[in-house]
Amino acid sequence: MADIASTALPDAARPFRLTEGWFAWALIAPAMLFIGLIVAWPLAETLRLSFTDADLGGESYVGWVNYIDLFNDPKFYDIVGRTFFWMFLSVGLKIVIGLIGATLLNAAVPGKALWRVLVMPPWVIPIAIGVIGWKWLYNGYFGLISGILQRVGFIDEPIALLATKTSAFYSAVVTDVWVGTPMVTLFFLAAMQGVSRDLYEAAWVDGANRWYRFRRITIPQIMPVIVSMALLSAIWTFNSFEIIWILTEGGPRGATTTLIVNTYDVAISSQRFGEGAARAVVIVLLLATFSLGYLFFLNRVNRTYGVK
Amino acid sequence: MLMDRYSLLQKVGIYCGIFVFLLFVLLPFIEMFRVSLRPMDHLMATPFTLWSDDFSFQAYRDMWVTVPLLGRYILNSIGIATVVTVMTMVVVVPASYAYARLDFPFKSASLGVFLGVNMFTGAVLLIPLYRVLRSLGLLNTYWAMIIPGVAFLIPTGIWLLRSYLEKIPKELEEAAYVDGASRLYTLRRVVIPLAVPGLIVVATSVFIGAYAQQFLFAIAFNNQRELQPLPAGLFEFIGYQDTTWNEMMAAALTGVLPVMLLFLFLQKYLVAGLTAGAVKE
Repeated sequence: MADIASTALPDAARPFRLTEGWFAWALIAPAMLFIGLIVAWPLAETLRLSFTDADLGGESYVGWVNYIDLFNDPKFYDIVGRTFFWMFLSVGLKIVIGLIGATLLNAAVPGKALWRVLVMPPWVIPIAIGVIGWKWLYNGYFGLISGILQRVGFIDEPIALLATKTSAFYSAVVTDVWVGTPMVTLFFLAAMQGVSRDLYEAAWVDGANRWYRFRRITIPQIMPVIVSMALLSAIWTFNSFEIIWILTEGGPRGATTTLIVNTYDVAISSQRFGEGAARAVVIVLLLATFSLGYLFFLNRVNRTYGVK
Repeated sequence: MLMDRYSLLQKVGIYCGIFVFLLFVLLPFIEMFRVSLRPMDHLMATPFTLWSDDFSFQAYRDMWVTVPLLGRYILNSIGIATVVTVMTMVVVVPASYAYARLDFPFKSASLGVFLGVNMFTGAVLLIPLYRVLRSLGLLNTYWAMIIPGVAFLIPTGIWLLRSYLEKIPKELEEAAYVDGASRLYTLRRVVIPLAVPGLIVVATSVFIGAYAQQFLFAIAFNNQRELQPLPAGLFEFIGYQDTTWNEMMAAALTGVLPVMLLFLFLQKYLVAGLTAGAVKE
């Protein structure tokens, strides 16, 4: 663009203009200002607090003490492990269910416009509201799941799904998958609709069946969307706070305590700001490492599939 | 056409699959609706009863008394999400244009900073954020919920809109520029009108983000009851021994109804437009 402008008009004939660089920065400045004030500065402050023993009483510099305590705490490794397990399981389910859902919604059967609308609610309503519904579903005495299982004869006693460690964890995963799946599904659906029909027709003429067309055309074509949704979803799931907090507050006995829940617990509920800040810094470092590793993987996938 | 034809068995399979999928998606709503229709003493009775024949819509009347500010909460939610959307779009549009079209120092580094923001949620930064908002004098105002909301939605907005703007042909802008139009004029009069469909998609996604995540900032930064959005407002009534669950469920369902209706109308544009940001060519 700059080339065309400069060949078309001699400098003297042009009105005063900002250089491209300054103009660009003027356009970005408002967004940067927001990020600087609400994210970057608090982040720097978190880093500083992580080296203090800050609480309601005041703060003083303590060096690496918070980090050393953290790394000497065996429970912390459990929490990190649980967080990654939570993330991989939940994101994996969202991607698989999202793919199946998008394929079903993309099938040329009557009524598909309606199904598409019906998928949206979990995505567009406040997360906290949907989770209240799940909390009731999981209730042992009055909830639908335990109630129906009793009716059918699967179980004799009411089961309170959020009361035992294993069932609480997997119940939280199910709710997280429920919150995240509609968005993933709709992005996959949109991507599937963007795949050129010529490809399918050519394969069909050559006698390729549906499963083959799905594996060899649909999946490679929407791969860029799958990998970018997986990364975004992984970050959100890693940091998913409201769902767990409303369902279980991290319990029973820590079974659903992921890093973010633990951070909130320490920093806000117990008001040990310094220790909480150290955990927040660890979260950021873990996610940054994970994302960079993933992007490296993404580049290789893109090269394999010939995407820029 | 012939390729799309299914056998009867395949059709049955597809409909069964869709049914199971939708059942999963809609299950909590079904449960909330069931609870909202039943009187409290039957709801909390053991053994479990799926249904009783004395269901009524009484809870949908009583909830306005139990939660006197319900109407206000619903409007607060929509109002906050709307202001967040407008403010986000105002800063996202110029920034996305810069990333889509212009060349400037630190372009990829600054884009990386924006995308990195996705890695933080408010929950990590609550304490310093609280201090920032306090020193700006914004605690316990609408702004305490709006400003953090905007900041955390900017990255997604830029990410989506940038890829959309990249697809608009450059020639028109170049023509305007050669004709002597300023850069800002070109952006306002040439680029933005061309980008309207993309703007709708991005604004809708931002609105969803702003509407769906109104809980944490509200309970952390605001204690003014009249200013609370719907989820935070309702939470004040939940978790007690005498919580009238049927009314809470009725209030929750009623509260999200306006936005659900809005999306009924918008979904066609939304689904079609999502690829704009999701697929890079």
